[in-house]
Amino acid sequence: MDWSLLLQLTLNGLIVGALYGVVAMSFVLIYKASQVVNFAQGEFLLVGAWVCWWMLTEWQLPFWMGFLLTLAFMTAFGLILQVVVLRPLIGEPVISVIMATIGLGIFFQALMKWIFGVFAKPFPPIFTTERVNLLGLEVQTVYLLSLGISLVIMAGFAWFFTASKHGLAMRATAFDQQVAQSLGISVPKVFAMSWAISAVVSSVAGIVVGVVNGVSSALSFYGIKVFPAVILGGLDSVIGAVLGGLIVGVLENWAQYIDSAWLNWGNMYAIAPFYALILILLIKPYGLFGTKNIERV
Amino acid sequence: MADLAPAGDYRSSYREDMTIFPTRNSRLAVLAGLILLCASPLLLGRYELGILINIGTLGIAALGLNILVGFTGQISIGHAAFFGFGAFASAWLHERWHIPVALCIPLAGIMTAFVGLIFGAPAGRLKGLYLAIATLAAQFILEDFFARAQWFTGGVAGRITEPFSLGSWVADREESYFYVVLAYVVVMYLGAANLIRTRDGRALVAVRDHYLSAEVMGINLAYYRTLSFGIASLYAGIGGALYAHYLLFVSVEAFNILFSIQFLGMVIIGGLGSVMGSLMGAAFMVVLPEVVQAGADALSGSAIDRALKLGASISFLREMAVGAAIILFLIFEPDGLARRWRLIKSYWKLYPYSH
Repeated sequence: MDWSLLLQLTLNGLIVGALYGVVAMSFVLIYKASQVVNFAQGEFLLVGAWVCWWMLTEWQLPFWMGFLLTLAFMTAFGLILQVVVLRPLIGEPVISVIMATIGLGIFFQALMKWIFGVFAKPFPPIFTTERVNLLGLEVQTVYLLSLGISLVIMAGFAWFFTASKHGLAMRATAFDQQVAQSLGISVPKVFAMSWAISAVVSSVAGIVVGVVNGVSSALSFYGIKVFPAVILGGLDSVIGAVLGGLIVGVLENWAQYIDSAWLNWGNMYAIAPFYALILILLIKPYGLFGTKNIERV
Repeated sequence: MADLAPAGDYRSSYREDMTIFPTRNSRLAVLAGLILLCASPLLLGRYELGILINIGTLGIAALGLNILVGFTGQISIGHAAFFGFGAFASAWLHERWHIPVALCIPLAGIMTAFVGLIFGAPAGRLKGLYLAIATLAAQFILEDFFARAQWFTGGVAGRITEPFSLGSWVADREESYFYVVLAYVVVMYLGAANLIRTRDGRALVAVRDHYLSAEVMGINLAYYRTLSFGIASLYAGIGGALYAHYLLFVSVEAFNILFSIQFLGMVIIGGLGSVMGSLMGAAFMVVLPEVVQAGADALSGSAIDRALKLGASISFLREMAVGAAIILFLIFEPDGLARRWRLIKSYWKLYPYSH
């Protein structure tokens, strides 16, 4: 066994997994607040990354300015989606809501391909040092940056949900909509806010991935990789989402290692999380931290 | 008001109430429609027949998905994978075991049904979004299997299929293959319409409407959920096999998630829980890209075309149209084309006194 390669892969897995965790967190945010399973989560990454790329390359804005403008745009984007598409569907069956988000997903994916083309495009370089040495491992700076950003976002989420008024309102809504309403919380506002925050946070992840790998429609696959992560962690648990993301990130890298060393099946990197997903659904469908839903008649 | 029977339509027994074609006129209309369809190879060109064949093959698979989604209330985001499995199974059966194509199609359906049951066994325990996610995983796993299983699918190169033949009659052109598809459509749709009227069909609907009450009434939830998964896969397999022997070539990449979503779109647009709606939804989904194409063609060369690069990005426009159609139908007509059709019918039935 090649231990240093395995270590390197594990580190890669943790870095990518942290990003999965961030996306999974924003997925869980929407699910918790408004009980909507968002199949268009990956398109948030895609739209955010493309918008940022467009501002940096076409308008030649400095990075921080383009970044902030993208966040502003994504806030509006999330709000508009919720109000225009999801709000009329409140009270409709789960299938309809899932289908609406799927429809949104393919719509925006195709729209982005139409506007920006199908080929990956690199971000303008942001940092000068390409690699640093960390505990004997070569790590790209952008990877470290992405890990740092993920940690900041996670800390931000923790603060938001435990200390801020809006975060508490959101938790109350997730717990019981009617009680929340009777306490003076505007539930439609909470729904809209959860979509806006989710879109913003996802787009940050999208920009980070875009800076590392270039922007292309492959970004939207992060939205699908989110499912193994959230199912593993439990659909309505923020901590579970982070942990699930990390595990999925490491798992796919290990699967790739095992595959290249012994199995030679190919493509295990992309498929292993889905085998894991089926297994989890069979054994423990509510995940590690999810609340078990007991139904009473 | 659409469901009210007009005056003079007396139903005095349960049996009469359950007939598929309740009035003499509706039976005559069906007969006339069938005769018209049988004559269509004489009337229509190859392009139009090709569209009809596509509507038929996709309509069969969409009906299967509707039995799963619309009647049992389960959701599947992996229908195209089963459709593809049916296509490859039929091609494989013919090439490996030299079974005549006419037999391959139903056999492929049965094989797909078994695969569906394998995936349906865990699905029997899941519902709603958990099932949606599980079938999403099934989609990727099966897609990966297609790419890897060279012995079965021909790998990346794909697989060439033989045309349908019965004795000396070879259906290798649109004009002749149309009849094969038509026969299957009639059989499969009658089968589904009758399934819904049986004890099992009612059990499926009960599971959809309130699964806890259904279970209390003695309906075995896991059994019926798995069964509906098997039936859906059977329909998908037969649709896929028909598709394979029409195109005469099956490629690994064709059965991706977008195709699965299109099937869901057909069911939503046609109307959840409506047998004929599945066919209408399939027709909508087949015709929609053609309309988009026609629209782009009409604009080609104009200023709009040059500004928006319509010609080069037609496939993206089609995808966008699919997504937009799904969203718009969900918001404005959640019961789909089937309800629209019912409204139109009842309007004419009661014509001058529409209220």
